[in-house]
Amino acid sequence: MIDFSILVNYFPYYIEGFLNTILASVLALIGSFVLGSILAVFRITGVKPLQWIGTAYVEFVRNIPLLLIVFFFWYALPTFGMRLDGFQAGTVGLTIYTAAFIAEAIRAGILSVPKGQMEAARSSGMTYVQAMLHVVLPQAIKLVIPPLSNQFINLIKNSSVLTVVAGLDLMYFADKVNGDSYATVSAYVFAGLFYLVLTLPMSYGSHVLERRLAKSS
Amino acid sequence: MNKKRFSLLLVCMIALVTVLGACSTTTAPSASNGAGGTDSASSQLDQIKQRGKLIVGVKYDTKLFGLKDPSSGNVEGFDVDMAHALAKSILGDESKVELKEVTSKTRIPMLNNGDIDMVIATMTITDERKKEVDFSDVYFQAGQSLLVKKGSPIKGIEDVTADTTILAAKGATSIKNIEEKVPNVKVLEYDNYQDAFNALKAGQGDALTTDDAILYGMAAQDPNYEVVGKPFTDEPYGIAVKKGQTALVEAINKGLTDMKADGSYNELYKKWIGKEPESK
Amino acid sequence: MDFAGAYSADNLRFLMEGLKMTLYIAFWAILLSFVIGCIIGVIRYMQVPVVSQILAVIVEVLRNLPLLLIIFFVQFAIPQINVFGLQFKFTVPAGAIIALTLFEAAMISEVVRAGLKSIPKGQVEAARSSGLGSIQALWHIVLPQGLRRMVPPLVSQFISLLKDTSLAVIVALAELMHNAQIIIGQSPNYSIPILLLVAMIYFVVNYTLSLISRRLETRTA
Repeated sequence: MIDFSILVNYFPYYIEGFLNTILASVLALIGSFVLGSILAVFRITGVKPLQWIGTAYVEFVRNIPLLLIVFFFWYALPTFGMRLDGFQAGTVGLTIYTAAFIAEAIRAGILSVPKGQMEAARSSGMTYVQAMLHVVLPQAIKLVIPPLSNQFINLIKNSSVLTVVAGLDLMYFADKVNGDSYATVSAYVFAGLFYLVLTLPMSYGSHVLERRLAKSS
Repeated sequence: MNKKRFSLLLVCMIALVTVLGACSTTTAPSASNGAGGTDSASSQLDQIKQRGKLIVGVKYDTKLFGLKDPSSGNVEGFDVDMAHALAKSILGDESKVELKEVTSKTRIPMLNNGDIDMVIATMTITDERKKEVDFSDVYFQAGQSLLVKKGSPIKGIEDVTADTTILAAKGATSIKNIEEKVPNVKVLEYDNYQDAFNALKAGQGDALTTDDAILYGMAAQDPNYEVVGKPFTDEPYGIAVKKGQTALVEAINKGLTDMKADGSYNELYKKWIGKEPESK
Repeated sequence: MDFAGAYSADNLRFLMEGLKMTLYIAFWAILLSFVIGCIIGVIRYMQVPVVSQILAVIVEVLRNLPLLLIIFFVQFAIPQINVFGLQFKFTVPAGAIIALTLFEAAMISEVVRAGLKSIPKGQVEAARSSGLGSIQALWHIVLPQGLRRMVPPLVSQFISLLKDTSLAVIVALAELMHNAQIIIGQSPNYSIPILLLVAMIYFVVNYTLSLISRRLETRTA
C-alpha cells in the first residue's frame, strides 16, 4: 500500500516542494504581519475613515475563500497589464487573506493593554505613533504571539492552494508524483508527512508557549 | 498537549506508516485487482446491463470533445456522442447515459474506484497506462502539438528550448513527451485544460502543449491563438475500462467496428472535426 | 471587462446552481462535523482512557494537514486502501462532505473541549456532591454553559467550512467556484466581473452567518 521507493525516487520533487512551501509561508507571514499591524492600528485610531477601511477590509476578506483571492491575483491582474506567476500570486493571496486574521489578533492584543499606559506615555511628551510603537505594541505583541503561531500553522496548510495555480509547492509536487507514478496513496501519504514535519512541532511549540504565557500572567 | 502525548503521537505515526508499508509487501499483488475485486463475480458489462445505464467519465472543459455549456447545461463533443453511440450499441438506447466530469488527473482513480464504467476523455493509449487500466481499440488518432499566441516566435517543436515555459494539464502524457523531446524544459501543470488555457492567455507561459485535436478546439474558442508545427507524437485515443473487464472491452470494440462499418463514425468525425478521418 | 456579458441570465443561473451545491455540501458537513466534533470533544474532556488518547492522535494529525490534501486523499487514495477486504468509495459530493467533516470535526472537537474546560471545576464538584453522576453533571451543568461560550468560535469555524468548500474544485465538484471557472473560461473579459460577483455571494452568505452568531451571543449573554 505504501511504497517507500516512491519517496526515494521522487525525493528531489518533495524537497523542492517542501522548500517552496516554507518560503511561501514565511514570506506571507512577514507580509501579513506588517499589513495586519497597519490594519489593526487603523481600526483603533479613532480616525473615522481609517477605521472604516480597517473594518471593511477585515470583514470582507475574512468572509471570502482564500482560493478566490488567489484566483483574483492570478486571473484578473493581467487585465490591468500586471502578471504574477503561480508562486507569486499564491503568496500575495495568502498575505492578503492572513492579514485580516492577524489584524484581529493584534487589535485584541492592543485593546488588552490598559488605556492608562497610552495616556501616561502621551502626557510624558510622546506622540501617538511613538507611544504606540514604544509602549503599547511591545506589550501587545506578547499576547499576540500564540494566535500568531496558530496563523503560521494555518499559513503552511493554506499554502497548498498554490497547487491550483501551478505554484510549485509541496501539494503541486505531490500531484506530479501521483501523475507520474499512479501511486496515489503513497504520493499523498508522503506529502502529508512532509506537512506534519512542519506543522506538528509548531503546534506543540505553540501549546507550550500558551501555557507558559498563561502562567506568567 | 504535553511532551508525553507529543512523543506518543510521533511513535504512533511512525508505527502506522511502518505497518502500512509492511502491508504493501504482502498485499501488493492483490491490491491492483482489489479495485474491481469486490464485484468481480458479476462483470462490469452485466452490471451495466442490469442497471440499464452507462456511466461515462468525460471532460467538461475540452472543446470539440467534452465541453459543458453553461447556458444549456449540456456537455457536448465527440467523446460525449461516442458515449451515446456505445449506449445504443450495448443497451439499445442512446439516451441511457450518465456523464460524470473527469480531468486528466482524476480519470484513472475514478475508474479504479468504480465511480464510472469507462473513460472517454481524450485519453492516449500508453504502455504505462495499460498497467493500470484496459483500453479499447483506437477510436481517435491525435498527435501532440503546440498552441501559441499569434505572432509568437515559436513555430514548432524545434523552437522550444530549455528557456521556454510550457503549460500543460496534470496527469497528461504530453508532459513526459515534451520533457523527452526537450530536456530541462520548464513545464507548469494545471488541474485541467481550461486552467492551462487561461494561464496561456494570462501570459504565464510561451506555449500550451497537448493533443492537436484539443488545441484546435481552443484555437476555435479564441482566434488570437493558433496551433503551430506538425504533430510531434502519435496519440491514439482509447476508451479505458477497469483492468480485467474483457467482456466490456469486447462490447466496446464491437460498437466501434459497427460504427465504422455503417458510416456513423465518419459522420461523427465530420460533425466535430470538420473533415473525414484520414484512412491509414 | 464585460459586465453585461458576464452577468447574462444563463451565467447567473449556472452560478446559482453552483451555490446550491456549495450550500448543500456545507450544510451536511456542518451538521456532521458538529455532532462528531461534540462527541470527540466530550470524550477527550472526560479523559476516557485509551479512546481519549487515540482520538487525540487522530485530531492532532487531521488538524495539522492541509484540507486540500485530505479532500484529494479521501476521494482517490482511500478507495485504493483495501483493509481486511473492506473498501470505501464515494461519489464526488459524498467524498467532499466526508473530507470536510473529518477536518472540521477535528477543529470543532478542540473548540468544544476548550469550552467545557473553561467551566470552573468547582461547579462540577458541587453538582457531584449534590448527588449527580458525572454524565448528569456534564449534561445539566457543564454542557449548557460551555455551549454558550462556544457559539462565537463555532460559528467562525462554520464560516471557514463554507469557504473551504471551494477547495473541492480540485476534484471537479460542481460547486460555486467550479462553475465560476467554467464561465471565466468563456472569455478573459469575464474574469473580474465573475470573481467580484462570486466574492459578494460568499460574503453575503458568511456575513449573514456571523450576524446571526452576534445576535445569539447578545441574547444568551
